Amino acid sequence: MISSGVQRGGHALAASVLSVGCLVASAAAYANPVPWQLNMAPGVTSISQRIYDLHMLGLWVCVAIGVVVFSAMIVAMFRFRKSNGAVAETWSHSTKLETVWTIIPVIILISMAWPATKLLVDMANVENSDMTVKITGYQWRWAYDYVDYNKKPTGVHFISSLDADSYKVSQSRSGEDPNSVKDGDYPSYLLNVDHPLVLPVGVKVRFVITADDVIHSWGVPSLGWKTDAIPGIINDNWTQIDTPGIYRGQCVELCGRGHAYMPIVVKAVPKAEFEQWLAAQAPAPAATPAPAPVASVATPDAADAATTVPKI
Amino acid sequence: MAHAASPAIHADVHDDHDHKPQGFLHRWLFTTNHKDIGTLYLIFSLTMFFIGGSAAMLIRAELFEPGMQLMRPEFFNQLTTMHGLIMIFGAIMPAFVGLANWMLPMMIGAPDMALPRMNNWSFWILPFAFLMLLGTFFMPGGAPQGGWTMYPPLSIEGGMNVAFMIFAIHMMGISSIMGAINIIATILNMRAPGMDLLRMPVFVWSWLITAFLLIAVMPVLAGAVTMLLTDKYFGTSFFNAAGGGDPVMYQHIFWFFGHPEVYIMILPAFGIVSEIIPTFSRKPLFGYTAMVYALASIAFLSFIVWAHHMFAVGMPLGGELFFMYATMLIAIPTGVKVFNWITTMWGGSLTFETPMLFAIAFVILFTIGGFSGVMLALVPADFQYQDTYFVVAHFHYVLVTGAAFGIMAAAYYWLPKWSGNMYSEKWGKIHFWSSAIAVNVLFFPQHFLGLAGMPRRIPDYNVAFANFNMISSIGGFWFGATQLIFVGVIVHCVYFSKNRATSQVWEGAHGLEWTLPSPAPYHSFSTPPVITSGMLAHGDVTH
Repeated sequence: MISSGVQRGGHALAASVLSVGCLVASAAAYANPVPWQLNMAPGVTSISQRIYDLHMLGLWVCVAIGVVVFSAMIVAMFRFRKSNGAVAETWSHSTKLETVWTIIPVIILISMAWPATKLLVDMANVENSDMTVKITGYQWRWAYDYVDYNKKPTGVHFISSLDADSYKVSQSRSGEDPNSVKDGDYPSYLLNVDHPLVLPVGVKVRFVITADDVIHSWGVPSLGWKTDAIPGIINDNWTQIDTPGIYRGQCVELCGRGHAYMPIVVKAVPKAEFEQWLAAQAPAPAATPAPAPVASVATPDAADAATTVPKI
Repeated sequence: MAHAASPAIHADVHDDHDHKPQGFLHRWLFTTNHKDIGTLYLIFSLTMFFIGGSAAMLIRAELFEPGMQLMRPEFFNQLTTMHGLIMIFGAIMPAFVGLANWMLPMMIGAPDMALPRMNNWSFWILPFAFLMLLGTFFMPGGAPQGGWTMYPPLSIEGGMNVAFMIFAIHMMGISSIMGAINIIATILNMRAPGMDLLRMPVFVWSWLITAFLLIAVMPVLAGAVTMLLTDKYFGTSFFNAAGGGDPVMYQHIFWFFGHPEVYIMILPAFGIVSEIIPTFSRKPLFGYTAMVYALASIAFLSFIVWAHHMFAVGMPLGGELFFMYATMLIAIPTGVKVFNWITTMWGGSLTFETPMLFAIAFVILFTIGGFSGVMLALVPADFQYQDTYFVVAHFHYVLVTGAAFGIMAAAYYWLPKWSGNMYSEKWGKIHFWSSAIAVNVLFFPQHFLGLAGMPRRIPDYNVAFANFNMISSIGGFWFGATQLIFVGVIVHCVYFSKNRATSQVWEGAHGLEWTLPSPAPYHSFSTPPVITSGMLAHGDVTH
């Protein structure tokens, strides 16, 4: 129906609608930054989709108000030019007008605050997660502890640092081309790590986030949020990724000279593949008595994380 | 001097009549004259604008393309930190204090500021504070590199620069507080008979409110940085988690200062624009009373929105909601101001001299900064925007095309009154158009970078961000170079312009300052003027 209307409207219109459509479609397609990207990516979780929708609501409300306000201004600038013979009027107040433009913005603001509040309440709900990952920020790398999975401690722990290719090119006056750094097809300069954070698709993952030296911030745009990693404080947040893929982020709180060099890579894989991977990572997998010390090491972590969730 | 050719003798005679102090040191170092101190503030501010701008040029040069070409990351962090501190405390704030010094006594019919000796002191502290701050560049370990917000623990990891930065900030704070006390004392005590509070020009109102903000929050900043100092040097643990302190507490205290500070940098610009638009629209300011109440509401709200700078620190849900709603409320009084400016133009008889061009650009571009501000207030969306270039774009629209454009508009508007000469309208317009276009090339693409996820305060970035960074850098160099025209216009106007200004200067100008000759005499209003409604820019507000 829409497309037939567009065709009747002529080729120019069709072309412009098509190109806008392409922009929107491509916005849905990418998960990581691409050249000439104009807008936020909708991401790969239901939360990030809703954040994207809220962002677009805010954007279009601003565009609409902007069109009205700036049109009025432009009309005033052309209609009331002295060089066109405009004579100044002398009125200087109107209670009616001022009441109108106090009340209308209130209504517009409430219409934006309502969905924002609902979304925020949903985002704050970290209950009923199937898995907990503890994230610790260090100058300048991230540490990941898989505290538990399906209510069982895993003992999996590793450090995730900038990949060697990016590191080499990023050295001062290295003379090497940042475009040459690739992870598969993706130009991954400064957005790739040696050990990505592997997560299962379709599982609610709770993160507990802290830091060991200065304040860092852990954020992946495709997941929709960032949370500060603060020494002495444990923050939490959660995600449930819908689509397998590689999602890249960076430290987003100034943390010293290595701030640009501590990226985040989340590798979301199907649940079965994740369980295989997790089993392969687990320390001392074979002997039966071995898991006991591992568990005793991991349990305080889990207990710690569980009891100190709300920040002071 | 006194034995020079006859025109010079004539000038000297004129000076004698003015009781201007003789000799350079006497005139400038020991001055208690509000106009001279205003000039000192403005020259200081322009100097700092170029020093802070040079830091910005280096930042944009490093960000011109991905890879590290020019500097090490440490130095990049020093540049971003110092750029912020210099522009805020050295360029924007002193410029507004300079404008207040020059214009407030003339606008309320007073002979000078209420506390002239303190006025001298509050200025002369500043050059020393900034010598000390800039001196850190040459110290072992370089300048501070923890960002202008100085979040611990990072900020106190620095070397000796920490102590110097904190002492410099204390001095700037003392200077600001003294300036604010002086402004309040002047406005409340020295108005000419008939200049009732609700008949004051809006610029005077904006400064009265700003001065109260300064007195309220500069001590808070002083407290925050003092705690940083004792944490670093005296073993306290205010912000050190290992000693039972809380790094987030610093952010709460800092932003309790920091958000009113944002309005300290914009309210006087609101005042300036509220003077300029009626003049060049030849029509009284629309809704004078509402404009004053809007200023007061914005000032009040500025105290209850601080944590919107910290949505990602992990606040409880109730806190996030409160600060979101409070922040969104600011859009209402700000909207009233924008609508009233446009309605002032509506039905007027508009001409577009340089001050008016800057004022109109201010309204449009500040509004764009306000739009991104409303978007940033939506907490879930802020989780995406926080600490990305979207924020950088937002606050540069508010502070460059807001505060700085307001200051430039004021400079063009009052320069004929200060110097007695008209500036070159042609070059003023060239400066305006070049600035207005360049600043958008510079900052608009940063919205896209932020939405694509580029964090702020990074010296190097992924190749996906390369295109818009290059465009932004080109806009940056263009904007920076354009400001040399500004200096040229000012120097030409003051020293070389042959085009004498009348006392009213602008056809539609109203207000006491325009009843004085141009240049304004060294001592003005030694006897209080008689005020009539027609003299005021906003007409008769008593209706």
